[in-house]
Amino acid sequence: MPERIPKAQADLEDLTLYAGAAVLLRHALAQLAQGELLEVRGDSSEMGDVLAAWCRKEGHRYLGAGNGLNTHRISRDPRLAPLIIQSREIAEVADPRWGLAPRGARIEAGGPEFGFTLRQKREVWAHELSSIYKQATANQWSSARDIPWDHLPKLPAEVEAAVCQVMTFLTENEFAALYVPARFIPRIHPHYREVVEVLAMQIVDEARHAEAFTRRAEARGHGLGTTAVSGQLSLQTLLEEPDFSTAAFLLCVMGEGTFLTLLKFIEEHAPDPVTATLARLAHRDEARHVAFGMEHLRYVLECDPQRRGSLAAAGCSRRFPASARMCMMRWW
Amino acid sequence: MPSGSLNPAIGRPLRVGEVAYDPKVVTIWEGFKSYFEKRKVPIDYVLYSNYDAQVEANLAGQIDVAWNSPLAWVKSQLASHGRCRAIAMRDSDCDLTTKILTPKDSEVTSLADLRGKTIAVGASDSPQATLIPLLMLAEAGIIPGEDCHVLYHHVMVGKHGDHVGGERDAARALALGNAEAACVLDANYTVFINEGTLDPGFTRVLASTPPYDHCNFTVRDDLPEKRWTPFVEILLGMSFQDPEVRTLMELEGLRQWVPARTSGYAQLERAVECFKFYA
Repeated sequence: MPERIPKAQADLEDLTLYAGAAVLLRHALAQLAQGELLEVRGDSSEMGDVLAAWCRKEGHRYLGAGNGLNTHRISRDPRLAPLIIQSREIAEVADPRWGLAPRGARIEAGGPEFGFTLRQKREVWAHELSSIYKQATANQWSSARDIPWDHLPKLPAEVEAAVCQVMTFLTENEFAALYVPARFIPRIHPHYREVVEVLAMQIVDEARHAEAFTRRAEARGHGLGTTAVSGQLSLQTLLEEPDFSTAAFLLCVMGEGTFLTLLKFIEEHAPDPVTATLARLAHRDEARHVAFGMEHLRYVLECDPQRRGSLAAAGCSRRFPASARMCMMRWW
Repeated sequence: MPSGSLNPAIGRPLRVGEVAYDPKVVTIWEGFKSYFEKRKVPIDYVLYSNYDAQVEANLAGQIDVAWNSPLAWVKSQLASHGRCRAIAMRDSDCDLTTKILTPKDSEVTSLADLRGKTIAVGASDSPQATLIPLLMLAEAGIIPGEDCHVLYHHVMVGKHGDHVGGERDAARALALGNAEAACVLDANYTVFINEGTLDPGFTRVLASTPPYDHCNFTVRDDLPEKRWTPFVEILLGMSFQDPEVRTLMELEGLRQWVPARTSGYAQLERAVECFKFYA
């Protein structure tokens, strides 16, 4: 039987297995097909003693000393785990076995199946995701840096109280807008990472809004006002909405869409520059969230035009904060 | 009279004995139990605190299959006068070696130099960390306990060295200078360096035993083949690429179940005889 010819060589010099040689061996073996031979040269006195055990643990076959001085031969594991080749193209359905692997990565088979329940593109995707994400990262503002807190005047008590009440209302709505995408992210298969990235930026935006609105309420010592039962009830149903597209429609289109009008109104009629600036910057963020909601719905309806009816029904059946917002605007 | 077999063993799940050397044994066998059940070959597992009890139970017919250490296999054969059969083992059970280590700058350069010295070993019933390397010494003319002092590390005696603690203590004794040599399984040598028990560069390999084999599933040869062949077929069909058993196989330390061979127990059989272990 002719002697098998090594397909590749690895020269470890005097490096021992516990000092890093294992990394070089794994790299060299990864280039080989199953059953192909690697010739290893190593000057470490213990190489022969530990190489057999290492091969056994890694699943390769140690074939003993080679022909040259201090050489050994390893046959790559004939049962090496095959790789799942995940396309860089965006799949219509994401495989649970892809797990947290980035799209396009090679995945070792045998891993656990993840329980991502939103793993169809038509369930989560949106047009213009890349553009929305770029805008979000480019337009991040800071409550500490970008708000003229030093220019906050002392307002008449009734006006200050009204501003604080508005801030209270805004803050509780911002919390809802934070928790809704946060609840869905763990359900979305990472294959659709662009959706996750946009939602993650949305969460960051809402956290900043909540912090800034609360700070405005507390800036002159009055503090936060009262939250209404009707508003809480409405937001609770939004938080409990199990369907992603319905939630996106209710939150991003109906809720935040209405918010745009409210924030614009506040910006134009605010009694102080701090409140006006807050409203202006929050409006810019909310406009992106609305854009995501619109682009998601556009995609969903392109894929399944019949969803139009169920989404419309969802909007009509909710006691959404829009009516409350109208009340707030009247108070103002 | 009702029809069917009078043998109560027929029709009930195959009982597989395991020694509980670690809590993970329950995790592994609960997982395997479910895996076998899905494939219509029901098994149940029975835990024993030591291999002697498991061997007795197997020979008495209280269990059908014993997941035996190599020493438990040898004992089974001795006690049954060769009437046991090994039916499967792990790929990682084949061709193990034990290294006898000394400090790198030790004056000991051959087995003969160990005369009058202290050799650190694992538990008294550990094939890999005690019996097989001591046999190598004995066959080289150094009688353990007479020509050299043996420093045992009795961690979980009865579990045949499955618990690595005794072996680690032997390596630690070498590092502390309490012994001139220590015996460790080849795979554990690198582990002890990586975890810090042995400093890199502190030791060298004085001698290596010939390859030997480790655990196997053992049945009595009067157990009908039809009772255990479905079990073996499913074992051999397990795939490391199957998420359902991947973690279990990793915990059990294998990549593939293989048909058993009994050619790798000769050193241990000689050690048992040499040291009158079961006398």
